[in-house]
Amino acid sequence: MPVVIDLAKSSLRDLNQALHDIPDGSNETAWEVLNPRGSHAVAAGVDKPVSVDVRGSVGYYCGGMNDGGEITVHGSAGPGVAENMMSGVIVVKGDASQYAGATGRGGLLVIEGNASSRCGISMKGIDIVVHGSIGHMSAFMAQSGTLVVLGDAGDALGDSIYEAKLFVRGAVKSLGADCVKKKMKPKHLERLRELLERAGVTGVEPEEFTRYGSARKLYNFNIDNADAY
Amino acid sequence: MTYRNPPTAPRKSATFDDYTLSEIRRAAATGIYDIRGAGAKRKLPHFDDLLFLGASISRYPLEGYRERCGTEVVLGSRHAKNPIELKIPITIAGMSFGSLSGPAKEALGRGATIAGTSTTTGDGGMTEEERGHSQTLVYQYLPSRYGMNPRDLRRADAIEIVVGQGAKPGGGGMLLGQKISDRVADMRTLPKGIDQRSACRHPDWTGPDDLEIKILEIREITDWEKPIYVKIGGARPYYDTALAVKSGADVVVLDGMQGGTAATQEVFIEHVGMPTLACIRPAVKALQDLGMHRKVQLIVSGGIRNGADVAKALALGADAVSIGTAALVALGDNDPRWEAEYNDLGTTAGAYDDWHEGKDPAGITTQDPDLMLRLDPAAAGRRLANYLKVMTLEAQTIARACGKNHVHNLEPEDLCALTVEAAAMAQVPLAGTDWIPGRNGY
Repeated sequence: MPVVIDLAKSSLRDLNQALHDIPDGSNETAWEVLNPRGSHAVAAGVDKPVSVDVRGSVGYYCGGMNDGGEITVHGSAGPGVAENMMSGVIVVKGDASQYAGATGRGGLLVIEGNASSRCGISMKGIDIVVHGSIGHMSAFMAQSGTLVVLGDAGDALGDSIYEAKLFVRGAVKSLGADCVKKKMKPKHLERLRELLERAGVTGVEPEEFTRYGSARKLYNFNIDNADAY
Repeated sequence: MTYRNPPTAPRKSATFDDYTLSEIRRAAATGIYDIRGAGAKRKLPHFDDLLFLGASISRYPLEGYRERCGTEVVLGSRHAKNPIELKIPITIAGMSFGSLSGPAKEALGRGATIAGTSTTTGDGGMTEEERGHSQTLVYQYLPSRYGMNPRDLRRADAIEIVVGQGAKPGGGGMLLGQKISDRVADMRTLPKGIDQRSACRHPDWTGPDDLEIKILEIREITDWEKPIYVKIGGARPYYDTALAVKSGADVVVLDGMQGGTAATQEVFIEHVGMPTLACIRPAVKALQDLGMHRKVQLIVSGGIRNGADVAKALALGADAVSIGTAALVALGDNDPRWEAEYNDLGTTAGAYDDWHEGKDPAGITTQDPDLMLRLDPAAAGRRLANYLKVMTLEAQTIARACGKNHVHNLEPEDLCALTVEAAAMAQVPLAGTDWIPGRNGY
């Protein structure tokens, strides 16, 4: 039986403190949060390999800086879900607002609905799989990690991108500065297949995606590229 | 003998002076704007334009060396379970590992710890050198989020959300390829050797309403233990201070345009933002209008050089000051002992500001393994501690002369101004008059 914390009766502080106080090796590895009702910072700073099922929609920064937790939002998530995640898994059953997975350094973020603008902004190693579509300026300054989108991408995908890998199955409205279409190699197909499986995607083949990444033309300053900076 | 008409002397333009001409030629030759470190170098209204009145018949002084004059300061008492307690009202400002060498960061930690104050990380994450050698360490939370992680967040003593800095309000970080060594690249998750541009805006919040939620998240992650600072550049200090307080800051750090940077465009440093002197009173007024003066502490930085500057900033309403450039000089930056090498770099000791090139003869603003060996962290830390103690003694000397038993009891009424500009900015009377420009209809 999971440990149940009802945010209609307990405070956010009580919830997060309880999650932070879980001792190493505890048997209480399953947690359930009821009535989140759009609260911000739900299950922020989890640093143990525990599962947290959030029954409803959450506000900003759900699962922020998650390090090892498996957090499932049975609803939609506000801005900055899984921001700066270190490791673990966060699954959003509904849609996610802007900045999903911002600056994430590891782990897997799965959004079963759509994500808004700036999905994967400044990502630093996180893997993000979006079953639906993503908004404009996604993967802006993305440094490392993988963004997989089964639907479409909005304007300026991957603007000023560094070494992150982007895979989009649908249409890309426009590419940002220094982001280009790239050749899909066997290692990329293998990586995609693995991520799709981990994200619970079925009936979709890696070959259906197009890869995007950095042209690396802005890595060192050149006055003749000034328009692109 | 033939008569020659008296010639006029060659006359250079005040507008097109030698420096301006050299910059035009440099831009034409290279096709890139000038990038450099440090803060504004132009002459600005500053603390030197203020004087303390001292005591006489109407106020009586405290006995130097006999009567106590407190210097301790508590930061973060508004919300944090564990506020920071410092022995002196002078902290070390945020400077990145990457911009500075590992030994330089260690030296800052050593010096600050001996003197009983805090030091601060920078746009490159927390290093073991500085955590290990800093009794009190402030961890910066920057737009780039390089190296950001919950473990370091929790082992910091305070967290400083950097919105801007005085050298470049509205600008992001810059670290050119020469300094992106393997270690720096790894900490920042970037390819080695690229010209790194960090973002000017935070990736996951915009505006004060979002910032309030971001602060809530950081407090939740750190169990409400750590003071949360918000650092702003000197742009609109009244409104920015008010909005930082509204967002839940425990401490506001306010950096004027003399505040240094590791590297940015010269045009940014010299032409964007306001002088430190002009920033303090509007920020203090915002705190007073909200009933938060002394409850949310104000740290002022940008051009603090000696105990008189410290005392003047405190008299205008700051709770503490922060030093960056001066701390580097105390470590050994721009020391004339390296003059021959400065000359080889086309500059001179005291003017060297190409910190982004990583060739610092003093071994401070570099990632070159040989150059960084020139700095002995223990000896440099001792110099910094000495300097901090001298500044503190100087501030106490002035406070006692004004009859104050704590440096925080200094007040604007202890000051007068030497220039009309300084009188207007600091809102203290022009010396010998009761005239404060802008007050009472004048």
